[in-house]
Amino acid sequence: DIDDVGHKYHLELVLEDVLDKDSTVNCTAEVLYHLGNKNLPPDVQFTIEGELKNADEADNIFYNQIKSLEKELVAENIPDSHGNVPPEMEPIRLLAWVASGYVIWQNSTENTKFQLAQIKHVKQVKRSDEYLEFDYRILLHEMVSQEIIPWQMTVLWHPQHSVQVTQDSRQPKHASE
Amino acid sequence: QLDFWLAPRGPGHPVDVRVPFPSLQPLKAHLEANGVSYSIMIEDVQALVDHERMEMLRGRRQLPLSTNTFDYATYHSLDEIYAFMDLLVAENPNLVSKIEIGRSTENRPLYVLKFSKGGTNRPAVWIDTGIHSREWVTQASGVWFAKKIVLDHENDRDLASLLDRMDIFLEIVTNPDGFVFTQTQNRMWRKTRSRHSGSACIGVDPNRNWDAGFGGPGASGNPCSETYHGPYANSEPEVKAIVDFVKNHGNIKAFVSIHSYSQLLLYPYGYTSTPVPDQQELHQISKEAVTALSSLYGTNYKYGSIITTIYQASGGTIDWTYNQGIKYSFTFELRDTGRYGFLLPAKQIVPTAQETWLALKVIMLHALDHLH
Repeated sequence: DIDDVGHKYHLELVLEDVLDKDSTVNCTAEVLYHLGNKNLPPDVQFTIEGELKNADEADNIFYNQIKSLEKELVAENIPDSHGNVPPEMEPIRLLAWVASGYVIWQNSTENTKFQLAQIKHVKQVKRSDEYLEFDYRILLHEMVSQEIIPWQMTVLWHPQHSVQVTQDSRQPKHASE
Repeated sequence: QLDFWLAPRGPGHPVDVRVPFPSLQPLKAHLEANGVSYSIMIEDVQALVDHERMEMLRGRRQLPLSTNTFDYATYHSLDEIYAFMDLLVAENPNLVSKIEIGRSTENRPLYVLKFSKGGTNRPAVWIDTGIHSREWVTQASGVWFAKKIVLDHENDRDLASLLDRMDIFLEIVTNPDGFVFTQTQNRMWRKTRSRHSGSACIGVDPNRNWDAGFGGPGASGNPCSETYHGPYANSEPEVKAIVDFVKNHGNIKAFVSIHSYSQLLLYPYGYTSTPVPDQQELHQISKEAVTALSSLYGTNYKYGSIITTIYQASGGTIDWTYNQGIKYSFTFELRDTGRYGFLLPAKQIVPTAQETWLALKVIMLHALDHLH
């Protein structure tokens, strides 16, 4: 508890590679939730002890696959109702997962717990430069309220650059739901 | 009446909108008068929906002829699950019977399978799955449990001795209206499908509708909320049916309500931070149950009271059952912890059901050992 500032949490975590459960890295972090202004995202500082696994090869394969598509990629419902993800969509899902992490961070308070529930729709946006751009419509599940929140995010990526969310906005729920 | 499917976000960004027929001409005129270009993505949304429904019905599997050819490793429709129940009863008439405990808002039958080796009103265990319709791994696990009981009731020593003295009641699709809705309209639907006056929003959270701290903090009074508690306790027929059953039976000793996801084993209370009198015993049972569960595939579960482990929740099922005197009241949150969430891949159904069954046996056997 920091008077007039907010609540600070000191965390010790173990990061586990989603694709290789035996590959782990220790991490320490400090998260500060600001008092008062709930629109301010929490401050996050972190230190990774050691190195994250190199993913250059997989990144380049995915990048080249998308670059070589004749038409811009379009897909929906990833995973589908039965939890299926076509193998070629797996990198698209992982990219959304990373990008949604940014959206979740920016919208978190001490009383929220968000998860990416589903990609409803993804559309590749043509670009003249070397970046890949995807326009995602995702569903976030907020644990405490149990709400499913539609969200739009525009994601930029290139193998040598980190993922960027250049634009995102909360979407209205459908009248039929 | 415009229904925005992609909301306005600024100049230069497209907007997607579904337009009801009467508004079509006025909207087009308005856009044209203001120099806003548009294109038609879908000529007739209703036709598309109708076509999809037809495809779904046509592509349905042939109904299996026995519970031995039933595919436990996939998700099934309500009709398929109800057909499974009838098959199971027909194949095992001396062990299994089907009881209708009531009807849902949309008048679907609420079925409970009774597993009994005889006697009259024996002490019993209750298990329910699918109270929140989007938690598909739970109904699927319920189907698996039903078959498992039949398969093991003679050769598994523990289960055999349990059934010598106790009955098992299993409600597989506790919220059939919601379940059908998740298959036809909205995979993420959680609540019932009731309409209550004064709101356009549909549905009540069946796990906030019980008479335990009803309407208190930990539930919402807003009909549009996912945790709406409803106009009064037991307003939902799906809940009332279980309440009536439990009260009429009068001899239920263990009550387990199954949800997903988060990988948790929880005991009361959710509506208050006052610990239950039997806290220590329930905590110990939870520890053993979770150990048994992890022994199979290493799946990690946390356990504790609802309020200390997840959040405050009022009007919850097991708070009510505990207060009715059913000491061994537990809630499970099954796999996973968020990677797939509600959309758990079908290939995880059987492993999830298998490991959960081990935990259920710990709870049931403890109840058996502590019958008066």
